[in-house]
Amino acid sequence: MSHDGTISRTDIERPAIERPDSVYFFGTCLVDLFYPEAGMAGMELLKAQGVRVVFPQGQSCCGQPAYNSGYREEALKVARAQLDYFPGDWPIVVPSGSCAGMMSKHWPDLFKGEPDEARACQVASRVWELTQFLVQVLKVKFEDQGPPVKITWHASCHAQREMGVTDEPKALLRQLANVELVELQREKECCGFGGTFAVRHPEISAAMVGDKVADIENTGAKAVVSGDCGCLMNISGALEGGKKPVRGVHIAQFLKERTHG
Amino acid sequence: MGETSINFAKASSAALQDQQLRGNFRRAMDGLMSKRAVQFADTAEWNGVRTLGASVRLRALSKLPELLEKLEANCTKNGIQVHWASTTDEANAIVLSIMQRVNAKLVVKGKSMVSEEMHLNAFLEKHGIESLESDLGEYIVQLDEAMPSHIIMPAIHMNTKQIAHLFKQKIKEAEYTEDVAQLTDLARRVLRKKFATADVGISGVNMAVAETGTLCLVENEGNGRMSTTVPPVHIAVMGLEKVVEKLEDVPPVISLLTRSATAQPITTYVNMISSPRKEGEKDGPNEIHLVILDNGRSGIYADEELRNTLRCIRCGACMNHCPVYTKVGGHAYQAPYPGPIGSILMPQVEGLEKRGELPHACTMCNACVEICPVKIPIVEIMGRLRSEAVHPGDAVKGAGSHASKAEAMVWKGWSMTYASPLAYQFATALLAKLGNAAPASLPLLKEWTNVRSKPRFASRTLHALAREKGIPDV
Repeated sequence: MSHDGTISRTDIERPAIERPDSVYFFGTCLVDLFYPEAGMAGMELLKAQGVRVVFPQGQSCCGQPAYNSGYREEALKVARAQLDYFPGDWPIVVPSGSCAGMMSKHWPDLFKGEPDEARACQVASRVWELTQFLVQVLKVKFEDQGPPVKITWHASCHAQREMGVTDEPKALLRQLANVELVELQREKECCGFGGTFAVRHPEISAAMVGDKVADIENTGAKAVVSGDCGCLMNISGALEGGKKPVRGVHIAQFLKERTHG
Repeated sequence: MGETSINFAKASSAALQDQQLRGNFRRAMDGLMSKRAVQFADTAEWNGVRTLGASVRLRALSKLPELLEKLEANCTKNGIQVHWASTTDEANAIVLSIMQRVNAKLVVKGKSMVSEEMHLNAFLEKHGIESLESDLGEYIVQLDEAMPSHIIMPAIHMNTKQIAHLFKQKIKEAEYTEDVAQLTDLARRVLRKKFATADVGISGVNMAVAETGTLCLVENEGNGRMSTTVPPVHIAVMGLEKVVEKLEDVPPVISLLTRSATAQPITTYVNMISSPRKEGEKDGPNEIHLVILDNGRSGIYADEELRNTLRCIRCGACMNHCPVYTKVGGHAYQAPYPGPIGSILMPQVEGLEKRGELPHACTMCNACVEICPVKIPIVEIMGRLRSEAVHPGDAVKGAGSHASKAEAMVWKGWSMTYASPLAYQFATALLAKLGNAAPASLPLLKEWTNVRSKPRFASRTLHALAREKGIPDV
């Protein structure tokens, strides 16, 4: 572990890269089951930039649920099963800051001392969060084709604090001429999902998402956009549960709707 | 969980229902967060001073045994009597024996979290000694017969009205008033009398300097200075991690501490205590004792990863920024140290059997890590403790005590399914088809749907859609 107390357990250096011909897409288990349209949108945004997208059918999950619950052997088993499916040197793009954080920041420690440690670190070094990849590597320029709308942005904890993704999503949303982005008063505050936290401590989680919903409502936005499906499931579930007329939408899907409309 | 385990969920549930309490915390913590942000507005300066602060603490921990010996030698040379206590019982016994020797009946205390850890007030009371907290917040909490709810601001959970009622009820000469200046004045009058007659003063220690044998104390009210200079005997209690190597290590740590804690560039008083009263001096105690408490800390020190817990300078910034703490407040943790640092420290000090719930009182959002002035990897240690709780081992007391066969089976089943592409695709296809039929009354789903709509499984998984759209597999 790094002894200066950086957030990540082990920092793997990720070299700056040129625009690649092909990328891998890691869909994440939540996207797979609950938000496949966000995953498809993410892949289409990449393809629209002239990049070939490969979706390995053998992939499943980064291992984070077990890892954060203290079951590291089980997490290792699942993480290890992913390694075979990303053999090329292409970047691995993930439509979730949380899963990207798990793969790039926690895999190196999860695999420490294992025979496939080097391989896991090599994979980890190629992981990108989707908006980070669109901005930093593909340098996308979007043209808005949608009607005027007011939205707000929810920043996922792991995207901002593990992957260092803070300005990229908002920079993308600001490219959209007819979209008015109103920032949350407590943008950086956790929505209360936290994986198993939401069911382990349902009342605290409810209080947290309650504060988040109030913050969203105060902006007067018609939609809350986020880059993580865990947060989205929690926030839009609470919006729906409270019969609030605000929709939650993944940034990939929102961008796709606005640009290919 | 063992019978003695502390129920965080139950205590936090009560806190969440108390709208007054929630409002008090939300307002107080929002204020502290924004004030602190102003103090560290310059990112380069923050990064620099934080790296320096972390390195001071790391250097001290890297040679902790040597520095503690040096501290003892230099304190002794200065006339400060040093005592070692491996448990809180031993520490209490040491304090009591000093009191009994001087026939003490009344003690005034400056703020000390270690004495909270020792439950010193209750212990002294049992032995017929009155112990009075002189920090205003601690005094309020003591009158209320409660625990501090924050390590820096013990009474932050109460508003003026509540304090006004408490004073009226508990202080004989009190008239009801909500005027803060009048309330403060009243407390001051009560305390002044006690300072003058106390036999012993007790304080904590913010830092102890090994090379000079100096005890540093920061405070705002002057009560710390009164407690350590007016009574004829001063007893300081500290955890063994509080040592720093040199005098020059003190300024950067104090600067980080006060700005992180209360957003003050410096506190009103910084006390540097290096000896009892010398001949010809007009004030100061005749005796100073330093009680150095282990209470599990040497065990924490022995593990290279867990050792980072001991970097803590007790600023409380992690609490102020924790979205869980700010919802439930300190009392829900039922521990002298609440919030993120308490959630990693308490299970290591008291064992996972008793405190195993605390590492789960966290969404792993990393807000505490982002803010910690000495860069403690709190969330990593949280993860480590979660793992210790389910796997037998000897690094942390009570490791393996939360192992549940059923839970282990669930994760085993999960890993088998997710590690096999065939099993995974079969399971997810089945969920996509039938998952939405699950009744909302199922365990877990029930907790989720109390305030949220039921998550809806898509009719086809991303795997299926990608196949249909002809997205290449390799």
